[in-house]
Amino acid sequence: MSEVPRELRDDLPAFDKAPSSRREHGPIDWTALTAIQTAKTALEIGTIVALALAVFFGIEALLWVTRTPTYVFPRPIAVVKTFASDFGGVYTPHFWVTMEEFLSGLAIGSTIGLILAVVITQKPFVEKVVAPYIIIMITTPMVALVPFLRLKLGFGLSPIILAVALASGPMVLINAATGFRRTDLAKIALARSYGASMLQIFLKIRFPLALPMIIIGYMVGSIFGLLTAISGEMVAASERGGLGHLLLYFASLARTAEFGAVILIIAGLGVAIYVVFYSIGKRWTSWET
Amino acid sequence: MVLSVDPGARPEAAPKIRVVEATKVYETRAARVPALDRFSVDVRPGEFLCILGPSGCGKTTLLWAMAGLHALTSGQVLLDAEPVRGPRPREIGLIFQEANLLPWRNLLQNIVFPFEIKRTTVDWTRIRSLLDATGLGGFEKGFPRELSGGMQQRASIVRALAQDPSVLLMDEPFGALDAFTRDEMNLLLLRLWSESRKTVVFVTHNIAEAIFLADRVVVMTPRPGRLARIFDVGLPRPRKIEMTFEPGFIALIQEIKAVVESGGRHAVEVA
Repeated sequence: MSEVPRELRDDLPAFDKAPSSRREHGPIDWTALTAIQTAKTALEIGTIVALALAVFFGIEALLWVTRTPTYVFPRPIAVVKTFASDFGGVYTPHFWVTMEEFLSGLAIGSTIGLILAVVITQKPFVEKVVAPYIIIMITTPMVALVPFLRLKLGFGLSPIILAVALASGPMVLINAATGFRRTDLAKIALARSYGASMLQIFLKIRFPLALPMIIIGYMVGSIFGLLTAISGEMVAASERGGLGHLLLYFASLARTAEFGAVILIIAGLGVAIYVVFYSIGKRWTSWET
Repeated sequence: MVLSVDPGARPEAAPKIRVVEATKVYETRAARVPALDRFSVDVRPGEFLCILGPSGCGKTTLLWAMAGLHALTSGQVLLDAEPVRGPRPREIGLIFQEANLLPWRNLLQNIVFPFEIKRTTVDWTRIRSLLDATGLGGFEKGFPRELSGGMQQRASIVRALAQDPSVLLMDEPFGALDAFTRDEMNLLLLRLWSESRKTVVFVTHNIAEAIFLADRVVVMTPRPGRLARIFDVGLPRPRKIEMTFEPGFIALIQEIKAVVESGGRHAVEVA
């Protein structure tokens, strides 16, 4: 592959070990989120920190100057204060409830999605039969099912876990299927010429070829999963609550500082998910340019 | 039957590979596309045979059939007098267009790949000496995208030769390389071949390359691929790049070119 000017390169989802010379981001340009990771010089780091501080204290100053009441908009300093003082007692139990729902749902949904992706790409007949249902599952917001599932499955975590699985599974499925459909005939022929079995071809050719798309699937699936978990808790929380439930609770009391702290946790969770999959992608699929 | 089209056949040496009346028709939804039509050739043991023909004349189809990667519509391929009915990983090494390395593996992992598939112990001494012979020592940890096209193709040659096959089937391996790298690779290939004397079937659409490498050049007609003519190349070995500028070499190029362009219409020789 010859050197293509950076601005002419298209944005196929990929990751790279050397971000300065090659691809720096996935399907969406979220490099800003990981910019702190890749920042090298003191000037870069200094500017990033200075801007963050400027935004933080700028909002604080603006609210103070305009004398905005705290029930209208929370003061950044108050948000950080309540975050620091109440984290263990107030937020942590709810944080773990959301994490449990999210991780269980993602694990179940993505496993089924991955297996289905393998099956449908091997059997075109199954793909044709299943395709309409997959499209319905992708386009329907699974939060809509939560009140119904709550009636059927009771007040535990299972309704939201199921909704998360239903939201994340199809995302893993379609992306992984795209990956498994990338058949490189020459590479399969290479393996076959050495007498490879179907399983060996799958494990050593088709799976590594699909891996970048599988990771994208997990990334998109987990973002949808988190969305479903939080909004599911807002619609019909379990008796153990969750971050979504906490948001509604603080909003109803106009306790904006605490509300802001919960938003902070959710945002952090979202960024963490992205960074995790970004790092996995960088580590395992750096070969794809 | 088959021997009749092969004027230089030596009856004492049993052919390494016999292609007998090979015919392949691709069935598409719209039409039946004939790719190979009753193509026959014998490859002698230790011979360097080039198969030459224009694009789309069924050269790759023929080579893949020889490698046991797909079935013929009719006719058969015999390897050591045994019909080829599937991949023959012990005897055949296949080299593809554009190296065909696995991009998620580094160079050494690529070379080890066939050992993994076959579940055999890795012959490190053989790999080591092949890496040295091809000048790839020191690049073992490099990934394919970090290596030049020539180096990638060297690695794929090492990958095939590390298995020590008796037959090497090469499908336009240097087609994507520039002229200088191609010359270099041709010389390297001849050196490796002269040391091991494997049977090589080398597919190309480059006439000069075919003459430079081969003991015999088999010319195919455009689609469907039929045998047009077999040329004996009398050039002494070891071959040198300067030979390609000699009048005899150029005369042979012109002669072969005429056969290729006439589509072999009046060229099938019957002894």
